[in-house]
Amino acid sequence: MTTVITLAYLVAAVLFILGLRQLSSPKGARNGNFTAAAGMVIALGATVPLLHFTTAGIVIVAIGVVIGTAVGAIGARVVKMTAIPQMVALFNGVGGGAAALVAVAELLKGGAHPAFAEGFPSVFSIVIGSVSFAGSMVAFAKLQELMTGTPITYPGQQVVNGLIAAAIIGFVIAVLAIASIPFSFISLMVLALVLGVAFVLPIGGADMPVVISMLNACTGLAVAASGFTLNNFALIVAGTLVGASGSLLTKLMSDAMGRSLANVLFGAFGQVQAGATAAAGAAQARSVRSGNAEDLGTLLAYSQRVIIVPGYGLAVAQAQHAAKELADALEKRGVDVSYAIHPVAGRMPGHMNVLLAEANVPYESLKEMDQINDDFKNADVVLVVGANDVVNPAARSTKGSPIYGMPILNADQAKNIIFMKRSMRPGFAGIDNELMYGPHTIMFFGDAKDSLTKLVAAVKAA
Amino acid sequence: MTAQLLNEVTFFVLAVFVGFEVISKVPTILHTPLMSGTNAIHGIILVGAILIAAGANSPTTIALGLVAVTLATTNVVGGFVVTDRMLEMFKGRQQPKPAAPADAKK
Repeated sequence: MTTVITLAYLVAAVLFILGLRQLSSPKGARNGNFTAAAGMVIALGATVPLLHFTTAGIVIVAIGVVIGTAVGAIGARVVKMTAIPQMVALFNGVGGGAAALVAVAELLKGGAHPAFAEGFPSVFSIVIGSVSFAGSMVAFAKLQELMTGTPITYPGQQVVNGLIAAAIIGFVIAVLAIASIPFSFISLMVLALVLGVAFVLPIGGADMPVVISMLNACTGLAVAASGFTLNNFALIVAGTLVGASGSLLTKLMSDAMGRSLANVLFGAFGQVQAGATAAAGAAQARSVRSGNAEDLGTLLAYSQRVIIVPGYGLAVAQAQHAAKELADALEKRGVDVSYAIHPVAGRMPGHMNVLLAEANVPYESLKEMDQINDDFKNADVVLVVGANDVVNPAARSTKGSPIYGMPILNADQAKNIIFMKRSMRPGFAGIDNELMYGPHTIMFFGDAKDSLTKLVAAVKAA
Repeated sequence: MTAQLLNEVTFFVLAVFVGFEVISKVPTILHTPLMSGTNAIHGIILVGAILIAAGANSPTTIALGLVAVTLATTNVVGGFVVTDRMLEMFKGRQQPKPAAPADAKK
């Protein structure tokens, strides 16, 4: 029997690996998700013969599965496309929480002096799983704007976090070397939850994708550790796969933002905040040029090359369909229109592609940063819709800026820039954008969807 | 080190390398779906949660098991469904333009 179960787990592991491979290429991505889901079903099915149900056991498994399925399926179905990043954070967090609870249950069973080979993976899973749970919840709250997206810092923060970490190590030693009693491992869990919150608080909302990806990898490792405790092959392999691929993905994401992972997690964002806010305040008084829909529509209609730079603001206003309409109207007049997609446009890498695909924007019109950056100087008009930080020249020139060093779209090199914005409020990184005051820039204030609709009318009339 | 632990460590190390290799070349547009997909895969903790919940026989283990199974199921189901929703978008766009996937590959 165990042979059959182990073989089934092996099949599941192979399906997970194939699924990940397919998920990494645009062609097979959706099938990859099904492949991995099939692996999950097989792994769960293979586990059934291992179970020795008590009456209470059957009831709680049934209740848990029903509630979890309802919450997961409904949550994932009804969430707006713009809110997907925080949904991923939420689903990641609950996985980490589950891993920590499984480890707690195992320690309760194991008596006061578990063998190191069982005790160590358990405490590892408790600590990492709890950090992942609490950290993901803070990430969720920041992205959902339940709390401020700006970094929360206070003097001596690193010292406090260091002390929490030291206390955690102390309790880890206590559980392993002195006594594995509920007091010690529950304290450990509480401290790890506090660390998860404290760790994510000072990280800005714009960096949440990287943080979520990292916590995702952490949950994978916590799951693998639970696998060691339970001696379960499926947990070890699947958890480790996620831990490893998630770590690599985290690095790819921070690379796409042009920053090191250490810089994202512990770095500049927190420290330069004060200076940047002051600069933004000082800039309020500066004047900008703003235009009306008729003039701008004419400008667009008589251009040859137009590049649209979409950002999160476009997504929030649900303006992707209006943007497509404008592009269609322009193309009908023979204007060449393309979309420049910054790697971190939206709030997650790839987020904007998903949203524009929803509006049926053809794949070939979406240009990645490296593909299009040299074309900006040939563009007659660049239309910045709801984007801000990704076209901020401060990333190139201002050393102290929080976004210094991030690769940006060269929108400032175009002949004309139409900067669509609700107000002069700074972007997600909380800093002022020099491009708005540029000599070739015309501001067009208002809700992105309304403004685009007005432009469509003006283009058609021109 | 027992034979079982040795086996487990072997699987662990090999899985680390497979995990790195399998996603080494992923285009930026797929970062979010891939993260979401791996997120669903670590929902495998549901196996562990069910293992501890099935044998629950005290108020403490019942509570732990119930919460763990609920959280893990949410992770699995939500993870796969939300990933599919993202990828659905990509598919819709490929139908009118059969050439798109070929472009994307190179």
